[in-house]
Parts: sequence; C-alpha cells; structure tokens
Amino acid sequence: MIRVQADDFDAGAELEHLAAGNRRVGGVCAFVGLVRDMAGERSVSAMTLEHYPGMTEKALQAIVEEARARWPLEDCVVIHRYGRLAPGDRIVLVATASAHRQAAFEACQFLIDWLKTKAPFWKKEDTAAGARWVEARATDDRAAARWETR
Amino acid sequence: MKVLYFAWLRDKVGFGEESVTPPTDVGDVAGLVDWLRGRGGGHAEALADMAMVRVAVNQEYVTLDQPVAADDEVAFFPPVTGG
Repeated sequence: MIRVQADDFDAGAELEHLAAGNRRVGGVCAFVGLVRDMAGERSVSAMTLEHYPGMTEKALQAIVEEARARWPLEDCVVIHRYGRLAPGDRIVLVATASAHRQAAFEACQFLIDWLKTKAPFWKKEDTAAGARWVEARATDDRAAARWETR
Repeated sequence: MKVLYFAWLRDKVGFGEESVTPPTDVGDVAGLVDWLRGRGGGHAEALADMAMVRVAVNQEYVTLDQPVAADDEVAFFPPVTGG
C-alpha cells in the first residue's frame, strides 16, 4: 500500500495492519524517518516537503513492485508526508512483512534507499540563516546504487 | 506542451507550471531546454546547468535525448531529497 499525505500516520497501527490476519508473516520490519532539528551546523525550525503529484505515486509504485519482485514479501507499506513539518515529526514510514526476517530487513532497506533517490520529493529547511533547499547527498546515491542489479 | 518546475527551479523560474508551444524544430528535451533558456530571465538561470537538473516526460525519468511532443508533460526538478 502506498499513501502520500499531509497528515501524520500511526506507525504502530500500520504495522499491526500489515500482518493482521496473515499467519504466513513471520516478521515485520519498519523504518520511520523523522525531521531532525539540525542540518550540519544549522538549527532547523521547520521543514517543508514538496512533491510531484502523480509522478510520486507512480515512482513509489514502481519501487514497491521492484521490491516485491526481488523478495518474497507478504505485504509492504510506504507512507510519505508532504507539507510543513516540525522537528520530531514523522516524514516517512516504510514497512515490510515476510515469512523470514532477512527478506523483511533487506526489502525495507531497499525501499527507503530507492525512495530517497527516485521518488520526486524535495525538502526545504527553515534555519536561522533563512530557508534553503536541501541538496541531494552522494551517500544516498551510494546507498541506492548497492541495490542495482549487475 | 505542459511544463512543470519544482523546488529551486520553480523559485528561479517564478512559477510552477506553464503551457508552451515550442517551434516545430524542437524535437527532444535538449532542444526544449535550449528554447526555454532562450526566453531569458528565470528560465535561463534555472536551466543553466543541466547536471543539476532531472527531467521527467509524462512522469517518467528521461535523458536529454528523449523526444517530446505537443501533448507531453515535461517536468524539470533538482535531484530528489525525500525520505
């Protein structure tokens, strides 16, 4: 399931839902991304997330389909928020359910790594020095690249 | 042709969406970029360095040699920073 929304989500309820009624699920793995209050040396008072409606959902769907093709997942969920968020707020939930932990762990990491480099979201941080668009990080590109098939 | 700009590209261009009718010799993304730059102002600044810009046609990532046509939706944006 994929959701792109302004509203917060209840991570616990989503994890419960992921395995509900499916006794083949032996493990659920989750990643929750939060807004930090620091960006390097700068303190961040708020973050605004923008996205490309339409392409965002398509890109997330493609990433989920890729994960399902690579790992034996019983289910997975991706929820990503947009709009203005404060430090400590939840940004994203990625969770996977599988019979065994390895598939759940790996698919979860794959989903967030590819999401970060492929899904059309952009972060703008409000700092004491003014607002600035967050730049993409080479470390994120490297994290995503290790899942490229050779 | 519908053209969209996101994040700092939108800030530089001054708006997020426009409808354009490029001349018929504009056949691919590279040609469209050249034509948009030629309009000067914010477009020239936003599209100055395409190494900093990602392009999607009809909501799929493409490279500069991707053909474009009148009924396409073309989006320009920086490398993504979600998650």
